Amino acid sequence: MNPVDKRRRDFLGQAAVAAGAMIAPGVFLYDYAKAAAPATPPAGPPATSGPVSAKVRWGMLIDTTKCASGCRECVDACNRENGLPGTTRPTDSQWIRKVDLKDLRSGATLSAPVMCQHCAEPPCVDVCPTGASFKRADGIVLVDRHTCIGCRYCMMACPYKARSFVHEPTTGQKTEVPRGKGCVEACTLCVQRVDRGGRPACAESCEAAGHGAILFGDLNDPQSEISKRIRSVATTQLRADLRTDNGVRYQGL
Amino acid sequence: MAAFRLAARAAAALLAAALALAAGPVAVAAGPKLDAPRSGPCVEDPKLMRRSHMEFLKHDRDDTVRRGVRPAKHSLAGCVSCHASRADDSVLGSDTHFCQGCHVYAAVKLDCFECHTPKARPAAVASAAGEPLR
Amino acid sequence: MATSSASQARLAWSLLAAGGAVVAVALGAAHYMEVHGHVVTGMNNQVVWGLPHVFAIFLIVAASGALNVASIGSVFGEKAYKPFAPLSVLLTVALLAGGLMVLVLDLGRPERLVVAATHYNFRSIFAWNMILYNGLFALCAVYLWTLAERRFAAAAKPAGLAAFAWRIILTTGTGSIFGFLVARQAYASGVIAPLFIALSLAWGLAVFQLAQAGFARLSGSAMDAALQARVRRLLGIFLVAALYFVVVHHLTNLYWARQAALERFLLVDGAPYPAVFWLGYVVAGTVVPVALVFHPKLAGPRATNAAAALAVLGALAFLYVFIIGGQAFPLEIFPGYEASSSFGDGRVDRYSPSLPELLLGLGGLAAAFVIALAGARALPILPRDEGPVAPAPKPAA
Ligand code: HEC
Ligand code: HEC
Ligand code: HEC
Repeated sequence: MNPVDKRRRDFLGQAAVAAGAMIAPGVFLYDYAKAAAPATPPAGPPATSGPVSAKVRWGMLIDTTKCASGCRECVDACNRENGLPGTTRPTDSQWIRKVDLKDLRSGATLSAPVMCQHCAEPPCVDVCPTGASFKRADGIVLVDRHTCIGCRYCMMACPYKARSFVHEPTTGQKTEVPRGKGCVEACTLCVQRVDRGGRPACAESCEAAGHGAILFGDLNDPQSEISKRIRSVATTQLRADLRTDNGVRYQGL
Repeated sequence: MAAFRLAARAAAALLAAALALAAGPVAVAAGPKLDAPRSGPCVEDPKLMRRSHMEFLKHDRDDTVRRGVRPAKHSLAGCVSCHASRADDSVLGSDTHFCQGCHVYAAVKLDCFECHTPKARPAAVASAAGEPLR
Repeated sequence: MATSSASQARLAWSLLAAGGAVVAVALGAAHYMEVHGHVVTGMNNQVVWGLPHVFAIFLIVAASGALNVASIGSVFGEKAYKPFAPLSVLLTVALLAGGLMVLVLDLGRPERLVVAATHYNFRSIFAWNMILYNGLFALCAVYLWTLAERRFAAAAKPAGLAAFAWRIILTTGTGSIFGFLVARQAYASGVIAPLFIALSLAWGLAVFQLAQAGFARLSGSAMDAALQARVRRLLGIFLVAALYFVVVHHLTNLYWARQAALERFLLVDGAPYPAVFWLGYVVAGTVVPVALVFHPKLAGPRATNAAAALAVLGALAFLYVFIIGGQAFPLEIFPGYEASSSFGDGRVDRYSPSLPELLLGLGGLAAAFVIALAGARALPILPRDEGPVAPAPKPAA
């Protein structure tokens, strides 16, 4: 809806309520005052957010030297937070996965979580025919599942195999994380938490488990912990050759 | 498809007009019998809501999904938290459940609840916003 | 000539009914897929495009190539081909519609087609293709009209030229759906657009040949031998040209060390793909038909039809390896490491198609068949065909 429409609708709405108020007893006036108040929620915590701005760019730094192979804290936390079943058939969604790696020359092994890399130049967004794949102003790459038609071209385009297609009807979704059959989905960097000043469930759980291998923060803020770390240690981006400028960085790869 | 939407809209307009013309309680008696809201008031005047809730929802949906505005005034999670049945915490399930009852009556089909939970969050029932942060 | 018009009509009606039945089964299969979700197909999070896409891409690529005969007739002024131009245009429309039907019914949310029509992301080659497909329908309609109406004969050439240019762009677009996938080793390549154009010429002509021969049976008006010989030779040339581009594509991949493992998988040890490629595409789909077409002893309508049918089978084999084999091989996300995970990293996917997706794909072929047959009976398409314009007695079906 364009702003003009919105304003017209707001006006119509208020006019309708005002008309009601003129003929109705006082209780209506009270309702009107409430209804016309700016976008405050009717009840609940005062924390409101948005619209998000391009001043921040959310990102994560994953320190593979601290990531324990065999540990699945981040994966479990993600499944819990986002209401994913956590099963691992080839048709099941996995927003984050632990990849075990063996260096082909040295034979050294390491382990790292892989999720949507929240690219600044996301190939999935370029190819999406309806614009359902999009990048928020703050750098989070999402699927708008109201306009996703389920063509899966974004999954073809993603260099990181980060996206999943919902192959079956879903049940038991969390209030904050709707998800359903026929659409593509992926790590949202836990927008529902980040927008309220929190951090992604994986980062939180990794710290709680005592590893601290996932650092979340604002890449645009030179004073943020993540920016400082990226300045001081060598970090890499997956498939850096593609120049997608990932929001997720790796240390120790 | 377009013709269908047009017909649905016409039906909705008729319904809205009927509801608006008849004085409040009489209209409700004439229409479907729905679960009473758990708290109030509604996010807009109920009359306006009857007519325009789909527009509000679609507008605020884009605000939340695309621009991170949350909670939006017309949040779907919010509707559910107030309008879910006291008996089973849901807005769907029978023809007295709030969203389903009216849509069955108006012959509207929604896909929203394929993804969105129709259940109010048991703990924070009155809260249209999210869980408190840890 | 030989058969009476009543028995021809009866045959046409029963063919239409058979085609319609296959389409109905396909719609049922698509509905089943929609209710249960894509778990009932072989597709998964690694092989995201499966058998339906093999059929859909075949139909769409062949659609553009089927316009060949019309182009040669009106654009390049080869008079002999002109009587067959309307059939060629009709086939384009039919194949394109069949392909799009499959593509749409395979969507995760086909009911949101309205969204696809109203929300365009102009950076997406996919969105461009939707415009190109619809444009081709429109151009074909105009072109067909100019061919049918004597008054507009002068407009036939520009209309044909426009349709010709459009379908070259369209096939470039279809190829680029894959060619632009920079992250995918199997696809990212500029060769794919010209490869698809070469494939479209061959596949389109093969379908045209089969349709032409079929309609000759139905209407009793066969293509004359000289023209038949030219179509036959052309088919052979196109098949060789397509093979040439396929070879170039694999050679470029082989030259680049990073792709060696993928090429090995597709061409040597990644069962079943090497067998499908070598036996299905190279031998049955190219070498045998080319031999059939060029061998002086074999020359004849029978051999040409066999060659065309084999070329179609070869096309499906090629696309199976190209689309499914290309995805089954794992993406290389960590060069220099051996990767493993619960999400198929470093592991070849064991895709096997399911019945519903096969039925959906076959339904696309059947839809094209039905549209072509119905179109040819309803419109003045066939050469020397009086069509229903003459008040012929209605055949008892
Ligand atoms: C295919 C799944 C899907 C369907 C179907 C769907 N949504 Fe959503 N919806 C989502 C997702 C995912 C979000 C994002 C939640 C977030 O970011 O917090 C969302 C968010 C929203 C929001 C903002 C969050 C909130 O609770 O207010 C609104 C409003 C909304 N949807 C309305 C609708 C309406 C109305 C329909 C039906 C016409 C619908 N949705 C159908 C998946 C879906
Ligand atoms: C704070 C609680 C609250 C929230 C949040 C809320 N409502 Fe309401 N709603 C009410 C109350 C109270 C009424 C008045 C019922 C009456 O007058 O009978 C009402 C009335 C309505 C009506 C008119 C019902 C009728 O019987 O004609 C509709 C439609 C409606 N709400 C839809 C919505 C939608 C859609 C949302 C979400 C965008 C929503 N409501 C959010 C409390 C709420
Ligand atoms: C008073 C009756 C009534 C109630 C209660 C009601 N609706 Fe509706 N709703 C309608 C009518 C009528 C339409 C059709 C309007 C149209 O198509 O223009 C509709 C349409 C919608 C649409 C748009 C559907 C589409 O396909 O465009 C959405 C979304 C929606 N309702 C959500 C809700 C939700 C969520 C609730 C419960 C919180 C709810 N409605 C409760 C009457 C109602």
